Amino acid sequence: MIQADLNVILPEIVLALYAMGALLFGVYTGKDRLTGPLIWLTAGVMAVLAAWIGIGGEGTREAFGGMFHDDGFSRFAKVTILLAGAAVLVMGQDFMAKRDMMRFEYPLLVALSVIGMMVMVSAGDLMALYMGLELQSLSLYVVAAMRRDSARSTEAGLKYFVLGALSSGLLLYGASLTYGFAGTTLFSGIIDAAGEGQAPLGLLFGLIFVMAGLAFKVSAVPFHMWTPDVYEGAPTPVTAFFATAPKVAAMGLLARVLHDAFGGVNADWSQVLAVLSLLSMFLGAVAAIGQTNIKRLMAYSSIAHMGYALMGLAAGTVLGVQAMLVYMAIYVTMNVGTFAFILSMERDGQPVTDIAALNQYARAEPGRALAMLVLLFSLAGVPPLVGFFGKFYVLRAAYDAGLVWLAVAGVVASVIGAFYYLRIVYYMYFGEEGEALDRSRASVAGVLLMASAVVMVVGVVNLFGIETAARAAAAALVN
Amino acid sequence: MIGLEHYLTVAATMFVIGIFGLFLNRKNVIILLMSIELILLSVNINLVAFSSFLGDLVGQVFTLFVLTVAAAEAAIGLAILVVFFRNRGTIDVEDVNVMKG
Repeated sequence: MIQADLNVILPEIVLALYAMGALLFGVYTGKDRLTGPLIWLTAGVMAVLAAWIGIGGEGTREAFGGMFHDDGFSRFAKVTILLAGAAVLVMGQDFMAKRDMMRFEYPLLVALSVIGMMVMVSAGDLMALYMGLELQSLSLYVVAAMRRDSARSTEAGLKYFVLGALSSGLLLYGASLTYGFAGTTLFSGIIDAAGEGQAPLGLLFGLIFVMAGLAFKVSAVPFHMWTPDVYEGAPTPVTAFFATAPKVAAMGLLARVLHDAFGGVNADWSQVLAVLSLLSMFLGAVAAIGQTNIKRLMAYSSIAHMGYALMGLAAGTVLGVQAMLVYMAIYVTMNVGTFAFILSMERDGQPVTDIAALNQYARAEPGRALAMLVLLFSLAGVPPLVGFFGKFYVLRAAYDAGLVWLAVAGVVASVIGAFYYLRIVYYMYFGEEGEALDRSRASVAGVLLMASAVVMVVGVVNLFGIETAARAAAAALVN
Repeated sequence: MIGLEHYLTVAATMFVIGIFGLFLNRKNVIILLMSIELILLSVNINLVAFSSFLGDLVGQVFTLFVLTVAAAEAAIGLAILVVFFRNRGTIDVEDVNVMKG
């Protein structure tokens, strides 16, 4: 009995045991000089788990009476989360080593939050959902405030903590109402109680609160106010992590709750998501225009991107979930590349985040400028780069589901949004002569920047087959 | 006779007080932490009331999880608050403003 259950959550257990073992090791040797190898080891463990889950897993399994699902959907999300986590860990290493931030807790906290995310996307019960979400959030609060001597970093941590705790509270209140009116915390039981269009009012209240809590985590407007400050204040490697894996996990969790638990009241949540999506796309596009700090700009950019991913979910169809998964995978790849670039922006050894510092960058470093140009075009959704196909997918899903107005709004928002990406390109190629940035040295971040730029071009051929994987994943979730 | 709705009303009131405490408070970050705690406790009242009403123990198990997580959350919140205080020398909400947002 228990043996079979434990088998299903074996990847999570392995990662948890690794994190705890490494934590003990770090505490007893008490040395931060082991951080470098530890980062590589953690990234290695995560990459191996990603390969294991991606290649080894098949079929649909349940554990602990339906509290935990191992299906195509959770596997797709887990592989994305693990790979994003591993990439972000290794690329931030140079940055952290230079600024005396190499603490052994960092890779372990990232590993712990990744476990939380893996539980989130597999949750089949409100309790599993809550525990996964909190494991993720609590670790993230700590890494946001990791630069203990920096006022910005600690302020980012404090803001993130207060608003994150508020969102958990909202979600939890919704969970308690859902439990009360459905009589169970299992998603499979809730979907019976919230049958075709005849859900009790209390259950709908629960749904709205849960959605509000999760909208905080994906930073959808109007629950986005923490995002720019936290992105700006947190150390850049941490910001890179915030922008990638947690977004996938929160989006995956949202999809799972809506389809597994509230699949019967599709029409009710679809409108709410459509409004969230519309607001996010426009606010993300408009508010980013005035930004001069590239990390703040990326925060608004991620808000806008979450709007597009929510558009896929709002469709409420298999194609919609598939589009959301494809979009998130592409989004993560683009963001890893972009943050790899931001990590290497420095002048006289100090990190620079001002966009104006990129003036005439292309003259000094044509290769990196070209890679960044490809990524920015892809973020803006310019065809024929991969980013365009992500947008195309969600727009088609929304169109097919009858949300034509939303799809049209999405196109308009992406045109507005293209402006601020192109402004960076303008600075790099045609900006005024100014103080140049330091020459970048060969580094892991540089490799990842080039790799993701190449992916954006080469992926056009067949998106590396993630379409079929995402379709299988979506079919496993939506019945 | 005190029924389910009375408990739910108390919980809802506490929840709203907690939310207002977060947004209207301009004084002290500690009050924010207390408001968060209030929100979580209102959820616990809800869960226990439903659990007793439904005759189902799952709600009380959930409550225990929530209590544990709330403790961990308060610990982390206070730890972050301490490092913040070391940097800024204040814990006034109005002084949490190095970044505009």
